[in-house]
Amino acid sequence: MALLEVRDLRTAFPSKSGMTPVVDGVSFDLERGKVLALVGESGSGKSMTALSTLRLVPKPGRVTSGSVKLDGEELLSLPVTEMRRIRGGRIGMIFQEPMTCLNPVVRVGAQVAEAILLHESMSKADARSRARELFVEVGIPDPEERLDAYPHHLSGGLKQRVMIAMALSTRPEILIADEPTTALDVTVQAQILDLLRDLQQKRNAAILLITHDLGIVNELADRVAVMYAGRLVEMADRVSLLSDPLHPYTQGLLRSIPALSAPGEPLPEIPGVVPSPDQWPVGCRFSTRCPKRFEPCADQFPAELNPKLGRRVWCHAVAESAREGAS
Amino acid sequence: MSWLEPHILSNLVTLGLLVGLVFATRVVRAQRLWREAAVELWRRRRFAILVVGVYLLIGVADSVSWTGGVPDDAVGVLPNAPLSVLDRAFLDSREASYSAPFADVEFYGGDALRHPGGHPLGTDILGRDVFYLSLKGARVALLIGGLTSLIAIPLALLFGVCAGYFGGRFDDFVFFLISTMASMPSLLLLIALIMVMGRSTFSVCIALAVTGWVGFCRLTRAETLKLRELDYIQAARALGVSEVKIIFRHILPNLAHLIVITFVLMFSGLVLSEAVLSWLGIGVDGSWGQMIDGARDELSRQPVVWWNIAAAGSALFGLILAVNSVGDAVRDVLDPRTARES
Amino acid sequence: MSASEPNKGPEPLLQVSGLQTWYPITQGMMRRRTGWIQAATDITFEIAPGETLALVGESGCGKSTVGRSILRLEDPQAGKVLFEERNLLGLEAAELRAARQHVQIIFQDPMASLDPRMRIRDQIAEGMQSFGIGASEAERTDRVAALLERVQLDAAAMNRYPHEFSGGQRQRICIARALACEPRLIVCDESVSALDVSIQAQILNLLRELQDELGLSYLFITHDLSVVKYLAHEVAVMYLGRIVEQGPTARIFESPAHPYTKGLLGAIPSIDPARRGAAPAVLGDVPSPSDPPPGCHFHTRCPIAFDRCKVEAPPLVKIESGASRCFLSPNGTEIS
Repeated sequence: MALLEVRDLRTAFPSKSGMTPVVDGVSFDLERGKVLALVGESGSGKSMTALSTLRLVPKPGRVTSGSVKLDGEELLSLPVTEMRRIRGGRIGMIFQEPMTCLNPVVRVGAQVAEAILLHESMSKADARSRARELFVEVGIPDPEERLDAYPHHLSGGLKQRVMIAMALSTRPEILIADEPTTALDVTVQAQILDLLRDLQQKRNAAILLITHDLGIVNELADRVAVMYAGRLVEMADRVSLLSDPLHPYTQGLLRSIPALSAPGEPLPEIPGVVPSPDQWPVGCRFSTRCPKRFEPCADQFPAELNPKLGRRVWCHAVAESAREGAS
Repeated sequence: MSWLEPHILSNLVTLGLLVGLVFATRVVRAQRLWREAAVELWRRRRFAILVVGVYLLIGVADSVSWTGGVPDDAVGVLPNAPLSVLDRAFLDSREASYSAPFADVEFYGGDALRHPGGHPLGTDILGRDVFYLSLKGARVALLIGGLTSLIAIPLALLFGVCAGYFGGRFDDFVFFLISTMASMPSLLLLIALIMVMGRSTFSVCIALAVTGWVGFCRLTRAETLKLRELDYIQAARALGVSEVKIIFRHILPNLAHLIVITFVLMFSGLVLSEAVLSWLGIGVDGSWGQMIDGARDELSRQPVVWWNIAAAGSALFGLILAVNSVGDAVRDVLDPRTARES
Repeated sequence: MSASEPNKGPEPLLQVSGLQTWYPITQGMMRRRTGWIQAATDITFEIAPGETLALVGESGCGKSTVGRSILRLEDPQAGKVLFEERNLLGLEAAELRAARQHVQIIFQDPMASLDPRMRIRDQIAEGMQSFGIGASEAERTDRVAALLERVQLDAAAMNRYPHEFSGGQRQRICIARALACEPRLIVCDESVSALDVSIQAQILNLLRELQDELGLSYLFITHDLSVVKYLAHEVAVMYLGRIVEQGPTARIFESPAHPYTKGLLGAIPSIDPARRGAAPAVLGDVPSPSDPPPGCHFHTRCPIAFDRCKVEAPPLVKIESGASRCFLSPNGTEIS
């Protein structure tokens, strides 16, 4: 049994025309000690999926159906008090903007200690020394002085390290990292990625990583799930997905990365824009932009295909070529 | 200068305001952003807008007046005095003294009324119909709110935008001015100004404007400072547009929603301020505040005369509640942050 | 023409030398100057007609300041900005307005770059009005339609408002607005950084096409080196207000000379599944530009710093193909 099992998760927001889905039937497993990356561009629903597992969907949206099981226990039907113990306790979260997630008028040491004391009872002095140990573990220089610093004294990289320390303080089984390095400079990003990799190995934590950057996926992930317009389109292990992508959207994404192209030729593009929920086509959502579109694509959403063990893909074109290959 | 009689001035101003309203409606209809905002506002606050509309109509009815056309035996009316539409509707409603709502006899003494059962809110000590007095108060309230805002808002805009956009020494000066004015006790300043200028509607408006412009000025200064750094302002500079044109073409339209919101919300505060001034004895004649102030003595009579203060208080409450309700909706509809994204 | 070979034509279009823009830090009502934010110091580079120079660096390095100083949206203290042989920094207000026609800018944030309360047509036509392009309103409207189609948007867009468009579409509108003035140089200040990868590709292709078709030059400011490789002929790397390395794109990527450039290249996460887990070469955080380290600004994070670096600031030294600001030459010998 996987540590986190998500089945057919659906989240929607109320609008003039009823409930508009943003996550529309997503299913995946997160194994113990492994890193699963949820990849997608803006509008794909990846952040909302992560928030839905923790029941932190901003109002007026809500999870409309599906199942999220942590170690066999269904989270979506837990009473709120139980859920609060799980949030920050068994499942920790790191957000994208450390600037807005730290209270600007409280010293950072006190904030980390507060997070510890929420889930465990100990003396304030013990909480503070545990905070200092965490600061050392996440690589903050001069940890004793830094405990008394205010957030605005710290650089972006240091603030993110504080956030990671806070998330790890309760020894969570799962860490959800929502675009943890997007707001950071490249050199600082490299340090944070290195830190996350290190911590993940040492603590054998499972990480659900949300990102749009395939380079970060390559650095951290074991398995990758690609989302488009509220649904999964492809899921595979890292090496297979990056070296042999099957879904046309994944292929298009990889090709658009400028680093891979030869200078002097036009960059391969995916024409058009991501459709908003009220414009989702019946059938495959990517069909309006797909170079491999053919008859069934516009009318029928493709069924899940397992071309190889551990690979999942939702595409008529792939199904078609698999049939041709078999015959 | 007989053509500058107060009532003729009032007629002209009313006409001007109506023309202005027609013009504003055409502008709103022409610009899609404003049109959509207006439709949304109507959808959300139909009732409150109608209530405000009724008050406005009553105010206009009391603003249009002319002399003559009065029957000679009219009670309590000076010959050749200008009478408004509202006045003429209630021309023959005078009694001798107090009467309770819908009563047939006088409240103290029991003498028969000239219009038994005909006063839905009773009459005051002079026998004037209280319903009529309450309606007359609408014009005063609208005048206070409207005229004062008309003085305070452009003043605040001028100082605030220039301070925010040009910065430097001018900004320091305006900041100093704001801080000084904000440190003065506004009530004392109000009293002093009204005493100096003499008691009149106009002086009350000026005094309220002088003490009220500071808050909005701070807001426009802060908002201009924020707008100035936005990329589209920088882009306009790169496109060679002059500073003055940038202020009129880019900054002011983006402050317009603030102006509307501030106007609507300031309005109710001003009306309430005038009520306080009336309580102090330096308010405007005929306002609800004055009626409420006069009720102090009446409440200590035996039996209590309550309908005066009830009528004035309800009328005041009704207008303020409706304006605030519309004001909240205006803020939600116009604020670009809470407004709909496509 | 491939992006990796610079074409040293006759006259450079833009020549920047010794540019310095520092912001004063003031305190109190008398505005006493208590210090300086050393945003950009000793900036020197050239851009030839029809070519792209990428200005690369992380936050606080001053690259945006340089871009804005060239347009005189900031006020430099020293240096020269020669655009077509005229020093933009010495011009009076009226001459500057005229000169601005040929140097335009596209910003990073597509949300903030367009006035939310003005129609698209009016925003694109604003520059035309200001520089006297187009004889009548009707002609300007026609030009706006043509520009919108040139950036692959429907001409009917001109009657709509910015909030009705996506980020990528808004950026196209900003490009159209810049093109309306018929510029020769466009400063792209992180113009694709806020866009999704698939949209980025579309915009980069559009910029390339426009460059080939109209002979435009770009000063492309970015922190994303992968974009640089595709678009730029020359690269200048900035750190804490100074240029630390310059050179043709191909050489910078194949054999970077300065340790910061090496660190920057090494820090980019690769999507090659066989390559992962490289240890970061550059440690620590970027110091504040108001209090830069003495000597070489980079020495606090440099893996090969030695004693001289802490006290003496290295000059920009010419190397085989470009220049580098380091006491150690690419083959390791110390420069006197």
